[in-house]
Amino acid sequence: MPGGWEELVTSALLGTERRTPPGCEPGPNAPVALLDAAALETVRRRAGLRPAQAAERLEPAPRDPRPPLPSAAARRLTMLLTDRPGSAGGSRRGTAPDLMELLPQWLAMANASGFAAPAEALPALLDAARGRTDLRAAALAFAGPRALWLARLNPEWRFALRSTPGGGTTLPSPEESVKTHRLWQEGLFAERVALLSSIRSREPAAARELLATTWATERAEDRLMFLDSLRTGLGPGDEPFLEAALADRSRNVRATAAELLSALPGSALAARMAVRASACVAVDHTRDRPTIVVEAPHECDADMERDGVVPKAPTGRGERSWWLGQLVEAAPLGTWGPRLGGRTPAEIVELPVADDWQSELHAAWCRAAVRQRNAEWARALLGAPTAPEAGGPGAVSLAERAKLLGTLDAAERAGWVAGFIATHGLSEAFQLLGVCAVPWSEPLGRAVVDALEIARDAGSYPWSFSGVMGLAERCLDPSEADRLNGLLAIPDEPEDASPGAGGYWAEAFQRLVTTLRLRAAMADELNATQNPT
Amino acid sequence: MNQQGVRWTADQVLALAPDAASRKAGSKLGAAGPWSEAGSSDEGTVWGLCKGSGSKPYQTVVDIADASGPAYKCSCPSRKFPCKHALGLLLLWSSGDGAVPRGQAPDWAEQWAAGRRRRAEGKRTGTAAGSPSGSGDPEAARRRAERRAERITAGATELEQRLTDLLRGGLAGAEQAGYGLWEEAAARMVDAQASGLAARVRELGALPGSGPGWPVRLLEECALLHLLDQGWLHRAGLPDGLAATVRSRVGLPASADGPPIRDRWLVLAQYDTADTRLTTRRIWLYGADSDRTALLLSYGAAGRAPELALPVGLALDAEVSSYPGAGQHRAVLGERFAPPAQAAIRPPGVTTSQAAARYGEALRDDPWLESVPVTLDRVVPVPDGDSWQLADADTDSALPLTPAARARPGLWRLVALSGGSPVKVFGECGHRGFTPLAAWPETHGEAIPLC
Repeated sequence: MPGGWEELVTSALLGTERRTPPGCEPGPNAPVALLDAAALETVRRRAGLRPAQAAERLEPAPRDPRPPLPSAAARRLTMLLTDRPGSAGGSRRGTAPDLMELLPQWLAMANASGFAAPAEALPALLDAARGRTDLRAAALAFAGPRALWLARLNPEWRFALRSTPGGGTTLPSPEESVKTHRLWQEGLFAERVALLSSIRSREPAAARELLATTWATERAEDRLMFLDSLRTGLGPGDEPFLEAALADRSRNVRATAAELLSALPGSALAARMAVRASACVAVDHTRDRPTIVVEAPHECDADMERDGVVPKAPTGRGERSWWLGQLVEAAPLGTWGPRLGGRTPAEIVELPVADDWQSELHAAWCRAAVRQRNAEWARALLGAPTAPEAGGPGAVSLAERAKLLGTLDAAERAGWVAGFIATHGLSEAFQLLGVCAVPWSEPLGRAVVDALEIARDAGSYPWSFSGVMGLAERCLDPSEADRLNGLLAIPDEPEDASPGAGGYWAEAFQRLVTTLRLRAAMADELNATQNPT
Repeated sequence: MNQQGVRWTADQVLALAPDAASRKAGSKLGAAGPWSEAGSSDEGTVWGLCKGSGSKPYQTVVDIADASGPAYKCSCPSRKFPCKHALGLLLLWSSGDGAVPRGQAPDWAEQWAAGRRRRAEGKRTGTAAGSPSGSGDPEAARRRAERRAERITAGATELEQRLTDLLRGGLAGAEQAGYGLWEEAAARMVDAQASGLAARVRELGALPGSGPGWPVRLLEECALLHLLDQGWLHRAGLPDGLAATVRSRVGLPASADGPPIRDRWLVLAQYDTADTRLTTRRIWLYGADSDRTALLLSYGAAGRAPELALPVGLALDAEVSSYPGAGQHRAVLGERFAPPAQAAIRPPGVTTSQAAARYGEALRDDPWLESVPVTLDRVVPVPDGDSWQLADADTDSALPLTPAARARPGLWRLVALSGGSPVKVFGECGHRGFTPLAAWPETHGEAIPLC
């Protein structure tokens, strides 16, 4: 009965009073007849359902060559991903570890071990990466090629295509020079940046040469981004190219070229800057003790401007000191020993500076030490961590110190921060701890734990230290957990303590220990099957 | 049987959580920190002391070997069931990292577990002795059943009249008449003690104006309701099986009096649906040796999780008895002989065409059936406009997914698991399409829950 069903629907919609259904007598029995026919037709239609024509199939996801995650680690991942932020209601955290905070560390370990993500965990991983940009790169690296395949199918995960170099398209290998050149000529901006960075990390010269082929025709914003990617693997071979870029039409490109050249102590620009800066700084031996005197530049000439010196000072700053800062920052630090009487960096930093120029001069040296990654100067400028002025508002700010610490090797960095905490406590330490390698070295870990214990005994509430506590949960070496056992009990409260503080401290230390144990378990799970037997 | 043999996986433990908040809270307690004196016994008891906000730690004990599902006891005041402490303890136990060693249960845990075992033993011997059903006088029971049948008949007759009036005036009028008409009719069916009819009437009320094609859906549902009314009114003339199906569809209680079938039952899926009155939990089981699929239903008051919870992906050595009625999958879980264990059981699968045919055949026994449980072999999820299909890997037929399945996060787990390659999928196949509930990777691996 083709069309019979449609007839029934029409009659039903209009009512049997207005439209008699097909094959029925009009009258009082028409509704029942319609219901009978519709029941038969409904069951007949359902029983006769056949599958549909298949739509166009998807290209299968690329194979993930990495070995599968051990099952214990896969279960752990499920748990970490289940602990989503947002619903905690801002309440006190109690003694339970903050699982979401451990996800970045778990991902880093899993990526280091080179395991593939379980396919069924990919949606949760993509959701986590979408919500938290800080773990996006690691989550996407772990999620692997199948996640990008998946992201193309769901608009909510488009971010993954944007944040992955080349949007998931595989970059040509270095041998495929024709493909490389075609992608460089025709690719989207993001693809080209990815291509350039990838070549730069393997063969710095080849990347520079590739960039030179189209340099003259690139737009100014693109030139700036491409030039920036030369920061990786910067070497003396880049000097001619950068020197040419000093004459670029765009001021930002010129400034970046100058900055890169000044990081090459052997470059001609560095030498020109050394001459300019040396003219401004000298040792005056006529005073009671040798003193640095500063004579800031009187003008910013065209040559200085061409070498990247910005002539216009920000509001509130004198332009002469502004120029001086730029010259000293860009001059090779090796200049200063010979210029200032053959002194070592430490001796130079010790010298008094006349006429309030000290903070300007030392700040410029700090920037130079960071830019030129000069550990000896960084050490001198940091001074001894136990020095009384290190804790106060000295010439060198905490932010600058954190940057200076970055030029030291991990052990020395940790040692300096440990010394700092032992002398000055934790109140200023958060930023410095942030630059230390994870897990913390033993001396550093001990310094932090000791300082926490001192803070507890002082009777204040632990929340003033929640930042450091959180860092300790994530960064303390898990093998320190046993050493903390003595801190888990609720201590006797001193008379002047804040009420109940001891209990909260015990809770915070319990959470610390729990988190450390959890991290140890996480690491074991990921190492479990590295040597399958 | 080695009770300690298989520790559950974290997923399976988390599947016991009554809601998302408990899952989260439980996850946080699944680490050694707050726990002390935890342990597990060969009899399947897991216990531990959990430090909470008070001075005295909570005593938490779980019996995982119990025949009627895991049983929990915790001294915390939470009304969630299981509470976060029980979940956390099971998670800790499932992680297997030595925080819950085997040992002798402390008195407080042992007393509770032993008491439970004694009661279970007593119940079993009681049932075996064929104790008479407690409702007393069989004559009075018969009279009650008769009165109830009369009220249902009156309700069904009234419904027929309402349907006739509706069809005479036209469904177009139903869109204006609104919800009230149907709510009133549904309330009358509740009075008539015909909860199945009441639920159908309520669903009718939601259909007018419910998007494109609503007149077709409304006519279908009206016709099926009419068919059920007529089935009830003429039940005396129906074959036994169909008559039992009509009784259960109308809403008469039945008891699962089918013979108990002992098998290794794989827990395929567990999911909840809720309306304002009730949370309904459906658990699908597959018996490896009997090749049967069974549905366990359990209920909780609105907002509360039903008590029965089984770990998806594990197999139970247990007895299952079916409810009466032709083509019914509903069953009840009887005695369990061992705690859930891992087992490499996979139901055999069919093609999409066979799945559609299976639904068609099932309608012969139960024309009101919305869907049948089916396992599809070698299918690939394929996007189809705004929706998705499951397409046979080897032919060009495909089953569309139901609108509900499209909106679930499980869809993306299925797509991720497949990666464009064939997978095995268990789900419900009906006239609205296919609802995937669990999937297996092509070659080997455990079931991945999709609901």
